[in-house]
Amino acid sequence: MFKVFKAFVRKEFYHILRDKRTLLILFGMPVAQVLIFGFAVTNEFNNTKIDVLDYAKDTTSEQLINHMQSSGNFVLNAMLTSEQEMEDGFKAGTSKIIVVIPENFGEDFYANQTLTIQVITDGSDPNNANTLVQYVTQMVNSFKKEKTAGEAPPFQIQTETRMLYNPQLASAYNFVPGTVALILLIICAMLTSLTIAKEKETGTMEVLLVSPLPPFMIILGKVTPYAILSFGIALLVLLIGNVVFSVPVMGSFGLLMLMCLLYVITALSLGTLISTKSDTQQKAMMTSLMSLMMPSMLLSGFLFPMSSMPLILQYIGHIIPAKYFIDILKGVMLRGVGADFIILEIGVLMLMTVVLLFFTWRSFKIRLE
Amino acid sequence: MSKAKVITVQDLTKKFGDFTAVDAITFDVYEGEIFGFLGANGAGKTTAMKMLNGLSKPTSGSGTVAGLDVIKQTEKIKERIGYMSQKFSLYEDLSVVENIQFYGGVYGLSRKRIKEKTEEILTELNLQDVAKKLVKSLPLGWKQRLAFAISMVHDPAIVFMDEPTGGVDPKVRRQFWEAIYEASKKGRTIFVTTHYMDEAEYCDRVSIMVDGKIEALDTPDKLKEQFNAKTMDEVFLKLVRN
Repeated sequence: MFKVFKAFVRKEFYHILRDKRTLLILFGMPVAQVLIFGFAVTNEFNNTKIDVLDYAKDTTSEQLINHMQSSGNFVLNAMLTSEQEMEDGFKAGTSKIIVVIPENFGEDFYANQTLTIQVITDGSDPNNANTLVQYVTQMVNSFKKEKTAGEAPPFQIQTETRMLYNPQLASAYNFVPGTVALILLIICAMLTSLTIAKEKETGTMEVLLVSPLPPFMIILGKVTPYAILSFGIALLVLLIGNVVFSVPVMGSFGLLMLMCLLYVITALSLGTLISTKSDTQQKAMMTSLMSLMMPSMLLSGFLFPMSSMPLILQYIGHIIPAKYFIDILKGVMLRGVGADFIILEIGVLMLMTVVLLFFTWRSFKIRLE
Repeated sequence: MSKAKVITVQDLTKKFGDFTAVDAITFDVYEGEIFGFLGANGAGKTTAMKMLNGLSKPTSGSGTVAGLDVIKQTEKIKERIGYMSQKFSLYEDLSVVENIQFYGGVYGLSRKRIKEKTEEILTELNLQDVAKKLVKSLPLGWKQRLAFAISMVHDPAIVFMDEPTGGVDPKVRRQFWEAIYEASKKGRTIFVTTHYMDEAEYCDRVSIMVDGKIEALDTPDKLKEQFNAKTMDEVFLKLVRN
């Protein structure tokens, strides 16, 4: 029986190695995705252009402007002279954020008067606008602290924040686990559902079913190569994360691999289930994109925080395997916890896998009847 | 014909809910025979064939294929039959040799036997020059004959063919039937479904299914006599219109 299995796996590798599209998805996509998420999709700002409308034009306002540029987050784009120019800049798209410094800024500042600095941003891009405003507020606060050092009233309450496990708030810490989860899903679920659907399309599945091969063996032979490859690719993504973006693996590496294996099995059973329901590659592709990729990306908490979603979407998020896998990865990689801390997530993933395997087995049986 | 029976079927029936797809069919197929299994689309041909291949459990009735029971010994039956689907069922991105090796492996042939079989098929079909070429680069007729040869890689007693000549031009069809005769001469039983009535003339015996029942079964000549028709086409039309 093992010989038959070997013949099957060898054939499957021929398919993979001879199909450029599959190869591209297998190796091109993970690397591209990590690098794109790493370098392009980032919440950190560097060298954002800032416009200033300075009504004060005194030493203190000049110091404030210099102070804001000192962080490296902002560079001065233009000194505006009128409100009219503000609107023109936003409409033309050349201005992203404008700071308006009021008249008598220096005098009022040292006189400890309440004064207001106006910050105007382009709200059509709310995420960016929010972050930019936060940055400016931080810079203004630190400017105030610097200039009034020692004179601060004694009753002032200071908050001191510390971000555990990711002190620099590097976005890589979030997207590397997320990317691993997505990539494994694409390879295991989408590619296996495609390859099984392809056998149906070309009629070879019919011949295999008439052969003495047990159906279980057909599926196992088809998914094994993808399981092996996806493991290698998960390692590759973790390696890129570690070398290029310095994302650590704090916990046990063995546990991490074991969890990847569990998730691979979950994804494979999903892929097989989809393939039993789709007769063509096109259908398999659409189903995996719609029911796997989109929710895993949008609702798993990978890109958007789950707690801020409407309740119904939160519920949907909770039945997405990727959510639990991302939680597990973050636990093991960033917080360095052992299996006992993520036992709930492991349990849920296992349960999902068992349920999926049951449905796959059942729908496969119905097909044969 | 006094030859041994390789397929016997008694009142074989398949129901899907209220719908009776195959209604108590009874027939025998003899060793070395080319048995044509005809019927319009939806007449129940495919369902009947699936029951004989061990892919579908009969609702009632009984039958044997290669001496094995179609209800209890489906797994054994699969080892003794070959199957060729209308799509030829070759892997286009594998070479000729790789296809032969893969199917040899699926049927559990030894490495030595696979090698022998590969040589045999390449020589017989004159494919030595393209042995390492991908199947997708071969002309349709060659693919079809290769698929036929591969369906017999494990020397089955019976080869089932599901419309093996669909979408192929007449000249290629003619050549393909020569290959079928060749196999039949060697004692192989051929069970073939088709909807080309001219092909029915090539069969030793023909059965015609209408609405789940076998309405006629005999040699093409006797059928034409019985229905007072010149061609099998006429026989078929007369049957279906009644």
